[in-house]
Amino acid sequence: MGKIILTVDDSSSIRQVVSFTLKEAGYTVLEACDGQDALHKISGSSLHMVVTDLNMPNLDGIGLIKKVRMDPVHKFIPIIMLTTESQNEKKMEGKAAGATGWIVKPFKPEQLLAVVKKVLG
Amino acid sequence: MIPDVHQKAFIEEATELLSDLEQTLLDLEENRDDKDLIGKVFRALHTIKGSSGMFGFDEMAHFTHDIENVYDLIRNGELPVTKEIIDLTLAARDQLYIMLGHDKSNFPLDGKKTEEILNESKKIIAEYHKSVDRNKNTTINEPKHIPELKDASGSDLKSLKSYNIHFKPLQNIFLGGTNPVLLLNELRDLGETKFITHIENIPDLSEMNPELCYLYWDIVLTTDKGIDAINDVFIFLGDDSDLKINECERTDFVTNGTNLAGNEEIKQGNADSGCSGVEPASNHENVKSHLENKLDKNKSDSKKIKDNQDAHHEMDGATSLRVSTEKLDELVNLVSELVTIQARLVQIASQSDNSAIIAITEEVERITWELRDSALNIRMLPIGTTFSKFKRLVRDLSNELGKEVELTTEGAETELDKTVLEKLNDPLIHIIRNSIDHGIENPDERVKGNKTRMGTIKLSASQSGGNVLIKISDDGAGIDKEQIKAKAIASKLLPENSDASDADIFSMIFAPGFSTAKKVTSVSGRGVGMDVVKRSIESLRGSVEIESTLKKGTTISLKLPLTLAIIDGLLVKIGEETYVIPLSSVEECIELVQSDIEKVNGRHIVNIRGEIVPYIDIRERFGIIGIVPEIRQVVIADINGTRIGFMVDKVIGQHQTVLKTLGKAYKNVDGVSGATILGDGSVALILDITKLADKETYEESLTVGQLV
Repeated sequence: MGKIILTVDDSSSIRQVVSFTLKEAGYTVLEACDGQDALHKISGSSLHMVVTDLNMPNLDGIGLIKKVRMDPVHKFIPIIMLTTESQNEKKMEGKAAGATGWIVKPFKPEQLLAVVKKVLG
Repeated sequence: MIPDVHQKAFIEEATELLSDLEQTLLDLEENRDDKDLIGKVFRALHTIKGSSGMFGFDEMAHFTHDIENVYDLIRNGELPVTKEIIDLTLAARDQLYIMLGHDKSNFPLDGKKTEEILNESKKIIAEYHKSVDRNKNTTINEPKHIPELKDASGSDLKSLKSYNIHFKPLQNIFLGGTNPVLLLNELRDLGETKFITHIENIPDLSEMNPELCYLYWDIVLTTDKGIDAINDVFIFLGDDSDLKINECERTDFVTNGTNLAGNEEIKQGNADSGCSGVEPASNHENVKSHLENKLDKNKSDSKKIKDNQDAHHEMDGATSLRVSTEKLDELVNLVSELVTIQARLVQIASQSDNSAIIAITEEVERITWELRDSALNIRMLPIGTTFSKFKRLVRDLSNELGKEVELTTEGAETELDKTVLEKLNDPLIHIIRNSIDHGIENPDERVKGNKTRMGTIKLSASQSGGNVLIKISDDGAGIDKEQIKAKAIASKLLPENSDASDADIFSMIFAPGFSTAKKVTSVSGRGVGMDVVKRSIESLRGSVEIESTLKKGTTISLKLPLTLAIIDGLLVKIGEETYVIPLSSVEECIELVQSDIEKVNGRHIVNIRGEIVPYIDIRERFGIIGIVPEIRQVVIADINGTRIGFMVDKVIGQHQTVLKTLGKAYKNVDGVSGATILGDGSVALILDITKLADKETYEESLTVGQLV
């Protein structure tokens, strides 16, 4: 079984495309619709990586990153945030919160794969 | 590149976002400082922008970008929400809707309109920046430039270059999810490398924290990929780590000499880093304290949002699953079959002595009822979704007619069957249109009549028993009774010198082709409105009533059943057959002995506490033969405000039944609206008492006419 990646986004179509791309590349993909849902899915599972949107209801991406970085089991896993170019400040904030990297929306599937490969090895 | 299914999913999602957006904008117009609403608008635009670009809707992405920027400013409290902005955003929303390919009538897209909206939003942003420039005290937080991940192919193949790379990650680099080894591997992939690993910072084992990175590296890399490619390797590290990349003299790893030269430079770079290492660290401190502030704020913000969401949860149904209506109908159908079968099971089990079977039957009964309730509940939707559509209608219509109208709603959380809700849409639109066009006066007229300039239309919904009451009230001119009466007499709907009651006069409005409007406008006045409204409400087993006071306003009340799938019925027996009378209109049951009937000379009336109520003998009406029991019962029902009795042999009791239609062959049968299957498997007809009463009064009036 390939490495397990959790994709978090309140937009189901983005989730779908991330999930599709990663599955094609042989990863196992879990989906969560917001930060809270993601935390729920993370606890008790063994994940290798998280790809998360920033603007989400309930618990946003930054909040999620902070929470994951406090989880003794998952605090070292790579977390990639999905941002848009207008969100430079957000990107800094996310980075400081413990995000590993980012992908700028809109992105092409191969860009996503390149970043995942980069941080997951 | 992106499969069609994804594109479809996007269109579906975007459509939903856009209809939410419309609602949110209208709410925002009322509560312009509501941070949650602003955030919601921003999020919707943001998601649309982000996704549309990915699914090939580049035009949408480009278009949304500027509007989103406006809301970014609003979100940061730098711009107030104004009517212009709301107007602009609503127009943009409509434009996006067209871009999704929905509104075929407006396709292809009106490019000029897109341009106009874009220019408008650019103007808003430009004006904001101008005002910031004027006011030098306001500082803008310039976003720090972070290089984007670029394609590393823009390289100069001919020139191999060597670089000294000094890489000293923060000790807590692992907490950012970064594995430095992967970065070093990436460098290795770029060209020929020479690594020097510094291990001098590793403390004694007793002091070592295994979660920290104590190592740092100096690397000499010879590559043809250019410095950008190297920067890209470290792109995610930001400014926190100590990273220096300097071009150096071309090194050739084959000879030892140059290798040493490279080493020399590495040491120099190393020395440099010692001095500059302080700055990033302090930067980091800043970021940290900034973050802590933000974190506190975020906490309270997210709590607020959560509270809000909890409150709205029932209304919005925040997490939902899309299921086709056919599947739901099938489920309800299956459940209703189960209910029927289960009733038979109960009947058979009650005749057996086996206590175990009886226990199981009871359990099955309980679960079946629960299952039925939840299955029916799935079809229930809050009426608020329909209400919210009308806000836009009222807004557009009042603009068009030059009136000022405000729509207030009440009881938006009231739930109704989805089918009822869908069929309710058109009648409600009709009524609201009428209210705005005929009811609410022009602002000037209103002021003259001592009213507020702005008229109000109030939509309210509430549940009472198995019914939902929907009221549409306006504070407009009201309905002129005399005018209607005159018109009704003129069109021979009423006899001359009629002394019809107010309710009767108002009910004339529902007559086909009846309109008192002096002129036909594009909105209403064609006289095809209200009779259609009445018919569609009645097809939903509901009723309509009008109350109106001249110069004060009009209230139209709709009474609708909660659901069409099941009805609460009263089981009655006539001869050998069982019938069901809808319980919602039943008021009371009285007993009648043969002698009582004889007392009134066989006329079909009963005296209930001094009130004379006519009744219909169903046995007679349906021509049921057999022995007539000595004591019979009359079910008194309220039909459109009139009390009418229905004489039956015996009232059995209350029975919740699943409504089945009779099929096409019986569609002309009067007085029966459907059938249901009883516990013992037999069929019971459901009486359509409104029709029965109508027919009866009609026939009665005929005989009266003949007598005269």
